[in-house]
Amino acid sequence: MSEGVDKSRRHFLTVATTVTGAVGAGFAAVPFLSSWKPSARAQALGAPVEVDISKLQPGEMIRVTWRGQAVWVLYRSDAMMQSLPEVEVSLRDPESVQPQQPGYATNQYRSLKPEIFVVIGNCTHLGCSPGERFEVAPADLGPEWKGGFYCPCHGSKFDLAGRVYKGVPAPLNLKVPPYRFLNDSLILIGDDAGVA
Amino acid sequence: MSSNENQGAGARLLAWVDARFPLTKMFNEHAAEYYAPKNFNFWYYFGVLSLVVLVIQLVTGIFLTMNYKPSAADAFASVEYIMRDVQWGWLIRYMHSTGASAFFVVVYLHMFRALLYGSYKPPRELLWVFGMLIYLVLMGEAFMGYLLPWGQMSYWGAQVIVSLFGAIPVIGDSLVEFIRGDFYISDITLNRFFALHVIALPLVLIFLVVAHILALHEVGSNNPDGVEIKNVKGPDGKPLDGIAFHPYYSVKDTAGLAVFLMAFSAVVFFAPEMGGYFLEHANFEPANAMKTPEHIAPVWYFTPFYAILRAVPDKLGGVVMMGGAIFLLFLLPWLDRSPVRSIRYRGWMYKLPLALFTVSFIALGYLGMQPATPVYTNLARLATFFYFAFFLLLPWLSKADKTKPVPERVTYHA
Repeated sequence: MSEGVDKSRRHFLTVATTVTGAVGAGFAAVPFLSSWKPSARAQALGAPVEVDISKLQPGEMIRVTWRGQAVWVLYRSDAMMQSLPEVEVSLRDPESVQPQQPGYATNQYRSLKPEIFVVIGNCTHLGCSPGERFEVAPADLGPEWKGGFYCPCHGSKFDLAGRVYKGVPAPLNLKVPPYRFLNDSLILIGDDAGVA
Repeated sequence: MSSNENQGAGARLLAWVDARFPLTKMFNEHAAEYYAPKNFNFWYYFGVLSLVVLVIQLVTGIFLTMNYKPSAADAFASVEYIMRDVQWGWLIRYMHSTGASAFFVVVYLHMFRALLYGSYKPPRELLWVFGMLIYLVLMGEAFMGYLLPWGQMSYWGAQVIVSLFGAIPVIGDSLVEFIRGDFYISDITLNRFFALHVIALPLVLIFLVVAHILALHEVGSNNPDGVEIKNVKGPDGKPLDGIAFHPYYSVKDTAGLAVFLMAFSAVVFFAPEMGGYFLEHANFEPANAMKTPEHIAPVWYFTPFYAILRAVPDKLGGVVMMGGAIFLLFLLPWLDRSPVRSIRYRGWMYKLPLALFTVSFIALGYLGMQPATPVYTNLARLATFFYFAFFLLLPWLSKADKTKPVPERVTYHA
């Protein structure tokens, strides 16, 4: 046997052991990290919800819960519909270019049926819930205000199609969830199978 | 005949332990023979006080977990139960909630001390970095702890802060879902924040505090003159301007601690909510995912950074600026190129920017609590400008600054 230490052999064993150990540690981390993802129960509770809009009158809005978020269903009155084109110059994304809605809601109303507006009531800035401010030209929002949604947290403004105004912190229009009409008075939120 | 027979039982026990564990050695190294500069002033109380507040938080926290229930259904009610039905529960909870604010008071003053006397400058860079990591973990601890009462402000505060991660391009949305463990801030989120708040982060915090103190005792304490006391030693090899931490500073700090505890108790007993600054009024209402409170503001110690976030009219930009405001503090030892540590021997090119920085930080803290009106937003932008200008101009200003000669030995100022 030769005298001294075989350094290249030691180096090889050190590197091989370290690499094997690191790979093992990586695999061992998988269950711990995965345990942080939404659990099967959380996913089941995120299933679609049905909303009955038969009693909804023009100008009225109801709030329902889907995946713990507020979803608004607004029946826009004629006056409200007319305000949509009027405010477009002050909007950041009036054409809904950003993919904040399913393809079938990429239109000037951001909805399947023009009057019935379905949207997730979470501000695209930091997730606060904006409040409905349907009155025209209130004192605090100025004479230009045609009605819409105002976020109390950081002052973001949205029109009656959830489109964000320019010059506010929120970067995007409010998100339209996937949804479909089961019949004239029943909406299924969270599922849009079969909608073109 | 052994000399042990002449010693008392206590001394013999100590000798028995010392032969098996370095008790006396450690005590000497970190207390009885740790030489601290003799010219410490008022600002040097806050390190020890942070340590005391940490102990208060650990002890009261352990007792709170005995009655708190980390579930969305029970959390709010269990806090009410602690406040109303658990014997002395209200006191333990108020000590914990006041302790959270007190922690930030003493830590901010402790950090400001470092800015005054250049305590972050070589060879204390790593000491400063450990301290900054403590501050970072402390912010995480405070944020997660604030969700636990499951009130309206808990809920929406968490919603806003967790959403910040959504600003990160590409992975943002999945990262937010990963942190929440759900499609919204839910029972699942509460449960994991509880685990992090009571186990994971406290362990990290204690480890960092130990590292902070070990680093301090390795390089030695700075002082208001910024003089390195190790440079002038007596014939016994001890710094001439140093005095043993124990008993000199242990006793002095005890006096400071007494004053601190008087103020702390006054808040706990007479103003635990501090007019809504320590415990926000909106938090006396249970969390409601459907309704955001009219006005959302974080607790006072986060408001400077929150004001910076709001001042930027772009989501990602705001998040980057807010992160940058904290990250720049880490770089302080390398941004400051002055040959002099203490403000006593620096010129106006450090004094003025530091004053502006301090005013801006306090102004941002105030503005972060106010609604985001146009006037306040513009003021916040101005203060944000001065905040960043301090760090970004420091490398040049600190070098160009006209300094005064630093004395060989520490001085006393009456």
